This record gives sequence, structure tokens and C-alpha cells, in this order.
Amino acid sequence: MSFRNAPLAVDHERDKSTLFTAEIRAEIDAHIAKYPPEWKQSAVMPALTIVQDANGGWLTTELMDDVAAYLDMPAVSVYEVASFYGMYDLEPQGRHKVCVCNSISCLLQGSEELIEHVEHKYGVRPGETTEDGRFTFKEVECLGACRHAPAVLLDKTYHENLSPESLDKLIDELE
Amino acid sequence: MVPNQNTVCFRTMHLDEDVRHTLEAYRSIGGYTQWERILRERPDPNDLIEEVKLSNLRGRGGAGFPTGLKWSFMPRTGPGQKYIVCNSDEGEPGTCKDRDILRYNPHQLIEGMAIAGYCIGATVGYNYIRGEFYEPIARFEGALREAYAAGLLGTNLQDSGVDFDCYSHMGAGAYICGEETALLESIEGKKGQPRFKPPFPAQYGLYGCPTTINNTESLASVPVILEKGGQWFLELGRPNNGGLKLFSVSGHVNAPNNFEVPMGIPFRTLLEMSGGVKDGKALKAVIPGGSSVPVVPGDLMMDVDMDYDSIAKAGSMLGSGAIIVIAEGTCMVKVLHNLSHFYMHESCGQCTPCREGTGWLARVLHRMLDGKGRPEDLELLESVAGRIGGRTICALGDAAAMPVQSFLKHYRHEFAYLIEHGRPMAA
Amino acid sequence: MTDKITIEIDGRECEAAPGEMIIAVADREGISIPRFCYHKKLSIAANCRMCLVEAEQGGRPFPKPMPACATPVGNGMKVWTRSPKAIEAQQGTMEFLLINHPLDCPICDQGGECELQDVAMGYGDDVSRYSERKRVVVDEDLGPLIATEMTRCIQCTRCVRFAAEVAGARELGATGRGEEMRIGTFIAHTVTHELSGNVIDLCPVGALTSKPFLFSARAWELTGVDGIAPHDGLGSNLRLHVRGGQVMRVHPRDNEAVNETWISDRDRFSYAGLASDDRLTAPMVKEDGVWREIGWSDALELVAKRLKAADPKKTGWLVAPNATLEELYLAQRIARDLGCANIDHRLRQQDFRGDAADPLVPTLGLPVAELETQKAVLLIGSDLRQEQPLLAHRLRKAALAGGQVFCVNPLKLDLNHAATQIVGTPAAMLADLAAIAKSLGAQGASGLNDLIGAAEPTDAHADVAAALSQAGESDALVLLGALATTHPDYSILKALTHAIAEAATCRVGYLPAAANSVGAYLAGAHPARLAGAKSAETSGLALDGMLANPPKTLVLWGFEPGLDLIDPAAASAAFASTDFLVACSAFRSASLESVADVLLPIGAFAETSGSFVNANGTWQRFQGAVAPPGEARPGWKVLRVLGNLLDLKGYDYRDGAQVRDELAALCDEPPLDNRLQGAFEVGTPSESSALTRIGTVPIYALDPLVRRAPALRQMPMPGAEFAVYLHPDQAAAEGLAAGDRVRVTQSGAGIEAHLVLDDHIPMGCARIPAAVAGSEELGAQMGPVSLESMI
Ligand SMILES: Cc1cc2nc3c(=O)[nH]c(=O)nc-3n(C[C@H](O)[C@H](O)[C@H](O)COP(=O)(O)O)c2cc1C
Ligand code: SF4
Ligand code: FES
Repeated sequence: MSFRNAPLAVDHERDKSTLFTAEIRAEIDAHIAKYPPEWKQSAVMPALTIVQDANGGWLTTELMDDVAAYLDMPAVSVYEVASFYGMYDLEPQGRHKVCVCNSISCLLQGSEELIEHVEHKYGVRPGETTEDGRFTFKEVECLGACRHAPAVLLDKTYHENLSPESLDKLIDELE
Repeated sequence: MVPNQNTVCFRTMHLDEDVRHTLEAYRSIGGYTQWERILRERPDPNDLIEEVKLSNLRGRGGAGFPTGLKWSFMPRTGPGQKYIVCNSDEGEPGTCKDRDILRYNPHQLIEGMAIAGYCIGATVGYNYIRGEFYEPIARFEGALREAYAAGLLGTNLQDSGVDFDCYSHMGAGAYICGEETALLESIEGKKGQPRFKPPFPAQYGLYGCPTTINNTESLASVPVILEKGGQWFLELGRPNNGGLKLFSVSGHVNAPNNFEVPMGIPFRTLLEMSGGVKDGKALKAVIPGGSSVPVVPGDLMMDVDMDYDSIAKAGSMLGSGAIIVIAEGTCMVKVLHNLSHFYMHESCGQCTPCREGTGWLARVLHRMLDGKGRPEDLELLESVAGRIGGRTICALGDAAAMPVQSFLKHYRHEFAYLIEHGRPMAA
Repeated sequence: MTDKITIEIDGRECEAAPGEMIIAVADREGISIPRFCYHKKLSIAANCRMCLVEAEQGGRPFPKPMPACATPVGNGMKVWTRSPKAIEAQQGTMEFLLINHPLDCPICDQGGECELQDVAMGYGDDVSRYSERKRVVVDEDLGPLIATEMTRCIQCTRCVRFAAEVAGARELGATGRGEEMRIGTFIAHTVTHELSGNVIDLCPVGALTSKPFLFSARAWELTGVDGIAPHDGLGSNLRLHVRGGQVMRVHPRDNEAVNETWISDRDRFSYAGLASDDRLTAPMVKEDGVWREIGWSDALELVAKRLKAADPKKTGWLVAPNATLEELYLAQRIARDLGCANIDHRLRQQDFRGDAADPLVPTLGLPVAELETQKAVLLIGSDLRQEQPLLAHRLRKAALAGGQVFCVNPLKLDLNHAATQIVGTPAAMLADLAAIAKSLGAQGASGLNDLIGAAEPTDAHADVAAALSQAGESDALVLLGALATTHPDYSILKALTHAIAEAATCRVGYLPAAANSVGAYLAGAHPARLAGAKSAETSGLALDGMLANPPKTLVLWGFEPGLDLIDPAAASAAFASTDFLVACSAFRSASLESVADVLLPIGAFAETSGSFVNANGTWQRFQGAVAPPGEARPGWKVLRVLGNLLDLKGYDYRDGAQVRDELAALCDEPPLDNRLQGAFEVGTPSESSALTRIGTVPIYALDPLVRRAPALRQMPMPGAEFAVYLHPDQAAAEGLAAGDRVRVTQSGAGIEAHLVLDDHIPMGCARIPAAVAGSEELGAQMGPVSLESMI
């Protein structure tokens, strides 16, 4: 047998109209429509993103199972995807995500100081959430903003050319 | 900013920052004239491919493969669906050019994808954009909506009988999805694990159909090449190194930025454009093509021109055109550890040498930085890197190996010093 | 193979097909290339990088070492598998594989038969250059069959690909990325697929091993003996691993025509039942209701005396269809030599009205491998995955290749491929088949025509008809399964089946219930078939006759009456009225001890030599691998002595082979086809009742041996537990809820059970499993049943 790929359709026998909310279903459906009909599973990444956003920034096993059911995929394939890509979180998160780039261009421009500063001032190590639940602190690989290093992705917005002080200001403004 | 006759991907840069990404702005500089001409005249795709071949446009994603030649591999007239896929997964440390194309000139990319689709017989295109690019995604999707509304995308466009649908697909944080077959797997709703080749995407690509994958910059260059001619584009650069190229200069320079300049520009000039080495320090080293390519010592680099062939002669590669500048006083062990850590973290995990070897490299380097290096570590690093490179399914293995080999070649003494003294030489 | 090309491997010229992978050519030539991820039955992953070789094409060397498993050959290619460059590349991979792999082979269960260990020996870099921390991986509980030690995993993904591609169930995955990649179910749950144990063989290291076998023996202490699986009709080829007179574990043996490289979990793990503590280890006799051991000669003399004295017309023999060919042949010989034709092996059939018309030997009707290429298959009355796991795998391949599969069943199946399922009560099954027949314009005898005439075909029936008639004779098939044999109107079902096949010009196949059902026909263990499957002039009593008019003297061979007969309640009443009942069995059991007068201990699976004839008629011989326990003796030897004690002629067999050869000489070549001997007499279908019992046999309850395998018994298989399974709407209509206690009554007999909701069961039906504790008290496996709430 040589290399072959085929969609992994399985029937979960669940009533899809009971999964998620109508808005979320509509959003996922808009993604499904981009792909060939038999390749519904192509929408798994956007579906996980949408569902994660609606769940306070992380995915529970139940939600992954629901995505599997909605897209007629085997649950384990959804787990594979959710655990492979860095932007899915499988544990509860703070209200915000502060992602500091630690790759080479940012390192050369002082990302280490940013990281040390956050660790020191807020008492969180990368991967941890502040005690008040305000934000989860992450080190991430290259954000593709190298010319304005060091860069931080705060929730969905890039902030560039940061210093410990300017990062502080951003964090202070968080709910 | 004044409009520059000689710009390609940054053709809209002189326009007002708030509107330069709109359809109207793009139209104002002659946007979509090539696509509309194609819809009107239905030229022979082979003629268009010849034009691209003539331009000597080489793939801007890193490998530098001639774009026209790649298109000619597609079984264009064969039966069944075919796809054009744009690679906007930009994740190679140091590289930050595609983000700006998406933000400032998304329509030109759409036009390029449409033209490429026409050339290779694909009626559907996907643009794979890395998930962290929230703003660029919004810009690109906004442009898609405009283009659909203007009748530039869809079916039977302007009564030509030509169809072209274009969609975005978002990544979710995995560098490896920049590798073209991992990217295809990812669009198919799977983990981004590269496929072994053969079969190549031109035979067996997205959903098992013939597929061409090109970098954002490569595709965005196409409308201008058709408008002004392959010869024009070629002559902007050098023989075998056609056109303008976006260079992302980052690291220890005073004014890091993206520059769209002719291929073959002396590195010295680019360094000047970037404001020179930060804080007036001496130039120690340059990684001239994104984090995966071999490092070049500063003094050597000062005499190198920025084109594929010249950089190859200097023992490195032009790669994605990301120039990482390193000033005197930087610990090279630390730099290499940062790179190795990146590849360990981003290895997809399927092949043994990469999964096991990248972690090994990073751990040995980490131990050295901790002051626990051993004399035999130098040979060990070289040997482990040698056993990764060239033995993996995709080129991430090579990307992880090349920095190690080049750092040890040029800065061995620094590694030896650290091992002997337990502290970095540079500090 | 057309247009062959020539390549050179290690200087040897080899023929190859264009596009073949280097490793496949090398394997054919016996040139060994190390590998971990490659497996000939799985898709190519090329991820382990162990098979790297040096190669050149058209005089130009490839710049890098090439993976032999993923590099297609080209004409004139040259390959070196042991050149310094190749060895260096392989060594590199080996080193990487070992850095995170524990080097404690002596305590690993795979030690001594580990592919990693074997290959590592060949490279012998004994000083590890890796001094960093090793990876430790948490284990997952995959259930009672598979033990995990995931720290040993080398991420070859064979198990994941097996699950997805062969088992058709994406139960296993590789989650996480890079170094964090882990093989598992992610959310630990028992892997319940009926082929799951094959990952034990596929795993090249000690990450996935057999849980029942765990730490019980080392590979080098075991002796291998070839065997044949004793459960379903496939007859998978086995290798039994034996130590100290005990079967320690069971592995598959490759046989492309039968089981390929796989075996079902039932065939792999049932051996553990041999060690059950209710083995019958000495002949026993019941006196005044008390059992006592006696010697063999006393026992056999007693049995011979009673058989000789008995009226042969009032004697009966019931033999299990997984007895060996030799046992079945000798049993019927003795019976017939004594003038008794009342013998049967069809223990789960209730309608015998078709005996005169039946094919001489009902078989699958085509080579097993040909199932894979069928374009249209109609499966009637079969839960194929539970009945014949590897035939289900072949059928799945057909479906994946685009074949259409249709089912007419009294319950909805959990299938792992596309299929159209027509589900209804047993009466509805007849109507559905009649409708398909009508769509095809089928004709039959008058009774059948009435049925067909009354049918009202729908689109679904027309689809089946169209698919069958369009596929062409050798690519379309109608299959009758084990559930069909329990149907109260099996003869009508068969009549319709044959009418459909004739009208669609396609083949009919029977799915033999047990390992030697086909053999039982050939041996003559049938009231209307003599040895060699010749029609008998006068027919004896079949099972139904023996239950309705119980013989005074009865011999039972190899089964438990409470669990292995179609109607346990009727059987226990019938057997209670015998004068003398002798049971030959490998196990003690309450249902035997209550009816028998004498128990004779016989060898079970692996304890006797013999032969089985599989579903498509292949004779497969095996040797005994271990001695039977205690005084137990191989069955054919017991019968040989008995024949002599009865003063019958010609029972001085030297060995089992002589018995088999005698039977073989009676069998014509080739005797097997599914042509009918006459027309089925189609009477009126049995009255339909308000509620019909569907008595499915759970996969791990098929016969006395599997029922005693502890690990299999722990598997949480669907429908395995004794209970009443009702469709939620049916339960609501009866005023019942999940968990309720209900009294189940069938023809007077009854027992309590709890209620389970299950939407696989059609309205009008209750699934109440057979062959499990509790079912002994009930009547016909398929037939009227009534429920009464206990609250
Ligand atoms: C590990 C790895 C990462 C890559 N990342 C990118 C990327 O982010 N963007 C990109 O365009 N190409 C990337 N490439 C190169 C692509 O595989 C591919 O060659 C390219 O998209 C082809 O387009 P081009 O011919 O226009 O350059 C990567 C390759 C590898 C091996
Ligand atoms: S080289 Fe690394 S990233 Fe590429 S396929 Fe192999 S394991 Fe994955
Ligand atoms: S056997 Fe070829 S890469 Fe694993």
C-alpha cells in the first residue's frame, strides 16, 4: 500500500442542532463551505479556534468531542489537531494571554528582559496564570514581527518595539 | 512617500496608510489590469508561464526554486480539480515580509493567486495564513470580499468562462506548517506533518489533487511581472537572480525594517539602509536568509552581494531574505541555543532524527550555557547535526543542522572557551 | 506485472515493477533492510528513517541516503544496503532511537523478540553518547488485553495506522508535537475493537504487549507449535507458544489466503480458557445424584454397554461444530454403525424444513480473499464483526474499494465502513427480502411467489436489486450469517436468498457458524448427509426432532447445553427425560452435570491433533501443542477405543491422519458448491408476536473455551451483558425505563433481567443475548418473548 489520504468520516449519531450555539454553528458552517463537501474536516482548525474563543480561551475534552461530532470526525483526530498546534490551550487560561516572542530577532533586541520582568513582577513563569486570573503568560516562537522586535501578542493584537515599561503599561490596562 | 517606479510587492506603500490595502487604492496603481486582461483575452497559459520563466522569479519562501518552472510541472490540462495554494505561514525567525504584503497590499496577492490559478488550471485557491496574524487575516479577508463584490473572484468572471474562488485558511501556531506538504495536511484538517515525497504536490497535493504551492511574495510579484514584462523584472536584478526582493533586516541594527531592493544589492548597502550596527558596535556575524541558513562572519559578509549565487559562494543561502545582524559582544553559544531550541520546539515529531536529534542538540547547548560543558561536546554536536541533516522527511532537519555546523565552524573557539571556563567569552 | 524493470541491490540483479518501493523488492529477494515503521499491510509513513540506503539512478548518486520504504525503484537503479554510507546512516537513526528508549531489555516483556533490540545488536555502539535526561511517558490503560509501557514507544505509528486503516476505528492517535508526541487514545478508554490485539505484533518494541501474557515467560523459553484457530469459520493460522505443557500465548501465522497477517482478539486470547479451574480432568459417573471419578476403562465400558443396549432409533448424538474433523467423522461412524442416524451439529438452528433442499455442504462459496473484490454484497442475518471478525475486515476492504454493502438484519450493526442497513423484525426481514426479490422479478415455488407477490418494494429494495444485478456474477454476493440460522423461518429466508441470487445472477454464500461447520457436513455429522457429504437415503432426526421427541440415549460432544443450544429451556426438558446421557467435554458445567450420567474428559483446543475445514472449504491440519490436563484424552482416541469396545469393525486407527485420510477418500473433488438439492418448501411464515427476542451471541461467548478466557470476559463489548435491550421508543411503549427490572418469559420459562435502552434494536424486538449466564432459562434464540415489569 502506498501513500493515500482520505477524509476520516465517522457518524457520531448526535443531533448537530444541539451542539454549540446557533451563532457558533453558523460561523463554523461558513468555514465548512470553503472546502469540498466530503472534506468537512478541513474546518477543524477554525472550528476549534471559534469554540475556544467562546469558552474563555481553552478547550475541554467535551468541546473537542463536540467539534468531532459536528464535523463527523473521529474524536482522536480532533485531539491530535488540538494538541499539535500551539494556539490551542487544553487547560484553563487567564482572562488574557500575554505571549512574548522568544526567538532570535527578539532575543537580540531584549526579549529576555521582558520575560524576566514579567516573571519577577507578576510572579508567573511561562505557561502559568497570575493568581488573580488576569492573564496567562506564555513564551512563543517567532511571531513574524522581527523588524520591530521585541514583539508581544496580547490576545489578538501585536505590540512591537516593547520595553519592560511599555509592556507593563499594556498589562496594567488589562481587565 | 513618492511612488517608486521600481517597486513590486510594495507598490502600494506610498499610498495613505489607512487605505492602501483597499481595492480602490490597488486599482489606482493599475491593480487587476492583468487579471482583467486575462479574463478578456484568454491568453494561452503557456505564454504567461514563459513570461514568468523569463523573469527568473525564484521562489521567495526559502528554497529559491524558479516559479515559472514549478508551474510548468502541473498537469494543467489533465482531468479533475487542481489547486493553487499560497504560503503565508511566515514563521522562519527573522522573516516578517509576508505579513506586510498581507497588511498593505493584499489585492496584489489575490491577483497573483488568480493569475497563477489560470496558468496552472486551478479554479480554487487557498491562502494559508498563520493564526497569529489577526490583523493581516482581517485585511486579506476584507480584500477577498471586495474582490468578490467587484466580480474579480467567483464563477464565469466577467463572462469569460473563467472561474476562480479564493479562500483563506488560518493556521494555529506551528512553524512546520510553512513546509508545503505539512501545510497541505493542515488544510486537510490534520496535524501539520510533512508528507514524504514522491509523490510531489504537482501530482498528488491538496485532497490528492495536483497542487502548486508558492510563497506570498512570489505570488504577489506575478501581476507586476506580467504588466511590465519578464525582461523588465529580470533586469531589475541580476542574471539568474531576477527582480526585486524583500529583505527583512532585524537584530542588532539601528533601524530594522523591510526593504524591497534589487537582487544583488551589496550587503554593505543594506546595512547602511538599516542604520548600521546598533550602538556603533562592530559587526560580528550575519545570518543572511532566515534562521535556518548557515551563519556568516561579519567581515566576510561585508563583501557579499545579496543574491542567491553570491551568498552561496559565501557558504550560506539567501533563504527567505531575512537578515539577522549580530553585533560584537554577543555570545554565539547563546544564539545557537536559541535557534536549536526553536527547532526542537517546532519539530513535528514524526521522523526519528529530527524528533530525537533536535532535543539532543538543544539540551547539550543548554548544559554548556549552564557551565557544564565537556570537551567532547563539540564533536558530539557536529556529529548529531550531521546525523539529522539530509535524513529527514522534510527540510526542517537540515534547518536544524545547518546552524550548528556553521556556528561550530566559525565560532568554535567561543564554544571551547565556554566549556573550559564555564562562562561565555563574550560577556 | 507488466513491463518489469531491473535494478541492482547489493550487487544482485533483481526484477521489479516500476513504482515499487526498494524495500518491497529487497524483501522479495531476501535482502534484509532494517525497518520499524514499514509494514507491508499498512500505508507508508517513512518516519522511522531506519531503512536508509545508498542509491544511484542513471549513474547519478542520490545526494542523501534514501528511505528504502518510500523510494520507488527506477530502471537501472543501484542500491547498497550495507555500504559504509548506508550503515552510517542506519547507525545514526539507531542512536537516535535509543537515546530516549530505556536500555533495560532484561526487564522488558519484549526482551528477546524486540525488533529494536535485534537491530541494535547489529550496530553495537555500546557506549551511549547521550547523557541528558531521558524522556518518561505516562502509561495509558487500554483495557484488559493490551499492556502499555509507553516510555518504550519509538513513535513508528504502526499501531495508529493499523487502527485507522485495518481496524477502521480511529481509536489510537499520536497527539502532541515533536518530542511531546505520544501514542495513545488521549482520553484513556478501552480499545474494544475486535482486532485490537494485532497492535501487539505490530509494535516493534515493548510499548504494546499482551496483558494476559505479561511477565509470564521470556521469549526464549517458548516453543512454537503451529495451530488453527478453533472459533469462527475462517480458521486463522496460528502459532502457539508453549512452555511446560502450557499454552502461554498465541500469535498469527501469515497466510494470505486465510488471515493475511492478522488474527482476531478472540483467536488470540481464548487460549487462557484452557487454564480455567473447571476443567474436566477425569471420567465421572453420577450415582444417586452424586458425581464420582472413575477410571477410563470402567467409564468406557459402561458407555459401550449402554450404547449397545440402547434402541438405535431412540439414540441421538449432538456434536459441536468446532469439534475436529476426526472427532466428527468417528462420532457419526459409531452412530451409524450402531444403526442410528440421529446426529446433528447445527446447534443454533431452529427451522430444519429446508434440509432436503439445502446445498450438500453450505460454504462461503468463494475464496476468502475474493470477498475483498466484491462490488455488491447483501448480508442477511449477520452481525459479521462479532461473528467473523476477519471476514468483516475483508468485506470492509471491498467497501473501501467502492463496493456496495447492504444488510437485512434484526438489529442495526456498528459497521466501520459505508453500508445501507435495512433493519426490522424477523418477520420484516422476510418481507424485505421478498421486496428485493420482487424488484428483481424473481420467481420461485408457489408459496414463495405468494410472498414475493405481496411485497411492496421501496427505493432501498430497488437499490439492492440494482446493485446486485449490475455487479456481475463473480462480483456480487448474497451472504447468510449466524443470526439467519436462528430465524424461525430460516427455510423461507434461504428460499428468498436463493431466489434473489438466481434473479440477480450472483452467488450465495453461507457464513459457517464455527471453525468446523463445513467439516461437520463433510464428516456426515448431519441426519441427512453421510460422510463425504453424500445425501442419505433416509434421514435421522435433526436437532429439532431430538428436542421434540427426546431420544432415550444421548451423546453430547463438546458443548454446554444451557449455553450452546438454540433453545436451552426445551433442551433441559428434553434431556431430563433421557435414560442415559453421556457428555464428552473439556469443561465441567452446571448445565451438563444436571443432565448427564457420565462425563468423559476430552482435550480442548491445542490439546489434540486434528483438522478443520474452513469457510471456503480449505482443509487445515494441526498437531496437538500440549497434553490435555489430568486424565483427559484427545477426543478421536476416546472414540477409537469406544468403537473397539462396541465391537465395531475397522476402528484400529494408527493415528489421526489415518482417520482423516479415510474421510478424505470419501469426499469428491471438488465437492463444494452452494447449489440447492431441490426447491424449498415454503410454508406459511410463523405467527408474528407482539415482541420477538433477538438472541445474539456475544463475540466472547461463542463457545465454552472463549467463555472461560478471563481477559476477554472483561471486555466491555456492546450487547455482551445479559439484559433486555430495547429501543427507547419500544421501552416507552411498554412503560419501561433504563435499569428497570423485568421478568422475561418465553414458552413458560422465565428469568429476571434489567433493561438497557439501545437504539440498534428495531421496534417489536428485544435483544436478549444467548450464550451468557441467565440465558439458560430461556427458550428459542429468535422467537416470541414477553416482558413484565417487576416494579
Ligand atoms: C520547515 C520549513 C518551513 C517553511 N516555512 C515556510 C514559510 O513560512 N513560508 C514559505 O513561504 N515557505 C516556507 N517553507 C518553504 C516551503 O516548503 C515551500 O518551499 C515554499 O512555500 C514554496 O514557495 P516558493 O517556491 O514560492 O518559495 C518552509 C520550508 C520548510 C522546510
Ligand atoms: S524533519 Fe522534523 S519537522 Fe520535518 S517531517 Fe521530520 S520530524 Fe517533522
Ligand atoms: S521503514 Fe522506512 S522510514 Fe521507517
